[in-house]
Amino acid sequence: MTEPTIFELSSAGRKGVAYPNPDVPLAKLPAGLLRIDLPMPELSELDVVRHFTHLSNLNYSIDGGFYPLGSCTMKYNPKVNEAAARLTGFAATHPLQPIETVQGNLALMYQLQEALKEISGFAGITLQPAAGAHGEFVGVLIMRAYHQNRGDAKRVKILIPDSAHGTNPATSSMVGMEVAPIPSDARGNVDLVALKAACDDTLAGLMLTNPNTLGLFDENVLEVIRIVHAAGGLVYGDGANMNALLGIVRPGDLGIDVMHFNLHKTFSTPHGGGGPGSGPVGVAAHLVDFLPDPVVTILEPGTEEMAPLYGFKKPAKSIGRMKSFNGHFGMLVRAYTYILMHGPEGLRKVSEFAVLNANYLLSRVRQAYRLPYDRVCMHEFVVEGCWHEVPDVHALDLAKRLMDYKFHPPTNYFPLIVKEALMIEPTETESKQTLDQFADVLLKIAEEAHSAPDLLKNAPHDTPVGRLDEVKAARDLVLCCWIPEGE
Amino acid sequence: MFTPHTDQETSEMLEAVGVKDMAELFTAIPQKHRFPELHLPPALSEMEVMAEMENYAQANESTKDLISFLGAGAYNHYSPAAVDMLLRRGEFYTAYTPYQPEISQGTLQAIFEYQSLISALTGMEASNASHYDGATAAAEAVVMAYQNFRGKRDKVILSPSLHPQYRATIRTYTQGHADLQISGDKLSTKDSPDSLLSLVDLDTAIVIVQYPDFFGRMYDYTDFIAKVHASGALVAVAVNPMALSLFKTPGEMGADIVIGEGQPLGLPLSFGGPYLGIFATRKEYIRKISGRLVGETTDSRGNRAYVLTLTAREQHIRREKATSNICSNQGLLALAATLYLSLLGKDGLKKVGELNYHKAHYAAEKIANIPGYALASDAPFFNEFTVRCPGNAAEIAAHLLEHGIIAGYPLGSDYPDRSDQLLVAVTEMNSREEIDILCETLAEGHHD
Repeated sequence: MTEPTIFELSSAGRKGVAYPNPDVPLAKLPAGLLRIDLPMPELSELDVVRHFTHLSNLNYSIDGGFYPLGSCTMKYNPKVNEAAARLTGFAATHPLQPIETVQGNLALMYQLQEALKEISGFAGITLQPAAGAHGEFVGVLIMRAYHQNRGDAKRVKILIPDSAHGTNPATSSMVGMEVAPIPSDARGNVDLVALKAACDDTLAGLMLTNPNTLGLFDENVLEVIRIVHAAGGLVYGDGANMNALLGIVRPGDLGIDVMHFNLHKTFSTPHGGGGPGSGPVGVAAHLVDFLPDPVVTILEPGTEEMAPLYGFKKPAKSIGRMKSFNGHFGMLVRAYTYILMHGPEGLRKVSEFAVLNANYLLSRVRQAYRLPYDRVCMHEFVVEGCWHEVPDVHALDLAKRLMDYKFHPPTNYFPLIVKEALMIEPTETESKQTLDQFADVLLKIAEEAHSAPDLLKNAPHDTPVGRLDEVKAARDLVLCCWIPEGE
Repeated sequence: MFTPHTDQETSEMLEAVGVKDMAELFTAIPQKHRFPELHLPPALSEMEVMAEMENYAQANESTKDLISFLGAGAYNHYSPAAVDMLLRRGEFYTAYTPYQPEISQGTLQAIFEYQSLISALTGMEASNASHYDGATAAAEAVVMAYQNFRGKRDKVILSPSLHPQYRATIRTYTQGHADLQISGDKLSTKDSPDSLLSLVDLDTAIVIVQYPDFFGRMYDYTDFIAKVHASGALVAVAVNPMALSLFKTPGEMGADIVIGEGQPLGLPLSFGGPYLGIFATRKEYIRKISGRLVGETTDSRGNRAYVLTLTAREQHIRREKATSNICSNQGLLALAATLYLSLLGKDGLKKVGELNYHKAHYAAEKIANIPGYALASDAPFFNEFTVRCPGNAAEIAAHLLEHGIIAGYPLGSDYPDRSDQLLVAVTEMNSREEIDILCETLAEGHHD
């Protein structure tokens, strides 16, 4: 059953939310500047509530089921986070209020900066970036500014391992850098020979995802970082996979110079159907002055009777402002709530159980799925979603078949270096029972792939819609159901 | 806390993996850096953490505690209860990006409806699924225009009356493009937008103006846009979407791109975010815009359905050839705006617009009648206007704060030549009584 659009549900003259009459005299409207028509839909509140409730029922979600989407860290989003972010004292503060009226917000941001510094081993933090890719953008701009500030403008080369996220090369290009790929070795680590060969005096830095997108921690990480530093480059850490490292190792301690966090992955802020994210960036001491404008700081230290005065400061050599106002504050409240609820031992448990769950799931399915790099994995692992005996069955078919069993598919076709990749990240919040059910289904589908391949090729069978005609969508390009008058 | 295994289950799982304890899973980590001690406060229970968060929240004085006339890019509006109730559905907020359309039609159709509502509101032909906020949408407009001319036009002209934080963000975004020149924002803000036309030439890629501008002034840009088009450059108009409840659309004026801060459409102030970056354009530029797009199509059973489309533009496919790295956007906030516009509808949105307009004009007239105070401009305005004060505006604002009033945004820190001026926003949330108190307090201050 197709759900009508909000415009199709509209009835001319129907009214939704009522507003009071003006309590002031009416002013004259400037006739020449008014719009002729306001083509908004006309519905009752119940019409709207039903429509969006129907739509919500067409969605898969973490609250509804297991979501083992590799590199996305779809962990449970605690409900208390939502309650905290909606407290009136937070939600009703304007970003440009005088700082003395928002000391609670600024104190929370300062404490979150301190907590992220402690967790990551970095010397400075910006909370401004809106998402992971935005944080990456900040990180590479900082790397550029660092070299320029040293008068070393020829450093424009960014090395990116072939197991990196797709955002890494896109980000480097946005900053005007040249991208050079670095292959992985047979154990899934950065190939040290290729790395050394690529390090010259044009090197700006290396973007390292660790654990990488194979779910493997680079066994030579200290040597990789040493080589890049020796050539005058900086090491960017892609913190998308930080869920494996809380209380396990601090990226700053390893010598990484700059890294973004994904609060919407590691620190449980919800993904919201595609956002908002939040991508704070941590930097080592030599990069603190380049952080975006502004950072939260203590303007006047506190005393025994008085709390400190918190406020904003522009770092001395700041790359500038990355967006309006103060970052995704609502996400910062959620993430800080999560950190406080866990404490140091709880955070370490998060990563320990994330890694245990991934390894356990791997142990359950490896009999039926080829594992290209056979090592202890971190928080996720990658297997091949194909079998040479049934060449017509692809990872995509397997992913679609999982939906019939009420599971969200893993990330597929990524990383690019694995054939028909299935990237599986269970996260720490899933129970053994859920992992066992999922493993049983994966084994069953592997069996179906051989005995009844059409079941996979025609999947999904039991979802609100079948496979989509993506070619038609791109060719016809219908992006809007409102047609301007006269067309 | 949210790790469910019993000790028994943990041992069974470790055994299945083939390790003797948890630590054995981490031998790839350099030993000297393994298992650092984190100096963080000990874990709190839910009731303790909620009390702690309430302490932080209560250390603020919010717009509920103060009488606030603060705008300058973020506005205090009423959001109907149904907006937040529907946003709290876990089916929406705990879903991921709809990469698997068969089980994401709820999110996909909602974004498609968002795109449609934004197109209708701005008078444009297509909207993307959102950018981070108004400032980053403005920066993406610059990048799009630059790419549109394949770098052959390298001049970007920004109105000095474009939000100062938008201009700052554009400069940050473009610092990797050494050939790109930004000008215009050193011109006098007192002049009409036509003063920008003298800068437009055949090397100009884009001109960005704001509607209403940062000072609240509203201009009909129709002739202006036609003159810029004569040089072949694009025009982007940054909007307050709430003003479009009443006023002529940038689409009608001929704009190529409409960008804006979507926060007024039912989103809480939340100290600046998460907000919503509006980005709409004309059909001919659809393939040039960054960010996600949802398109209508059919499924294998012949039903109408929705899917992310034109993904070949995006970073995960094009990698270093992509012009933007955006992936996470503001999906849930786009849903909030969709809910807000649907619930208010044609009638409600117009009524809110009128409330804002009439209250702001009542306030403006009353302030202008206070000895020493005057409006800085006689241009039409919507719900925000600039007041010239009889002294330093920041000092006057500080004095009013002692009376529990945020009188507006003092302009001196962004515009030193306007240090005697205050930007005042009035919305449907401000009662006549609040406006009268503001005026009385301003008038008293003058007599001190």
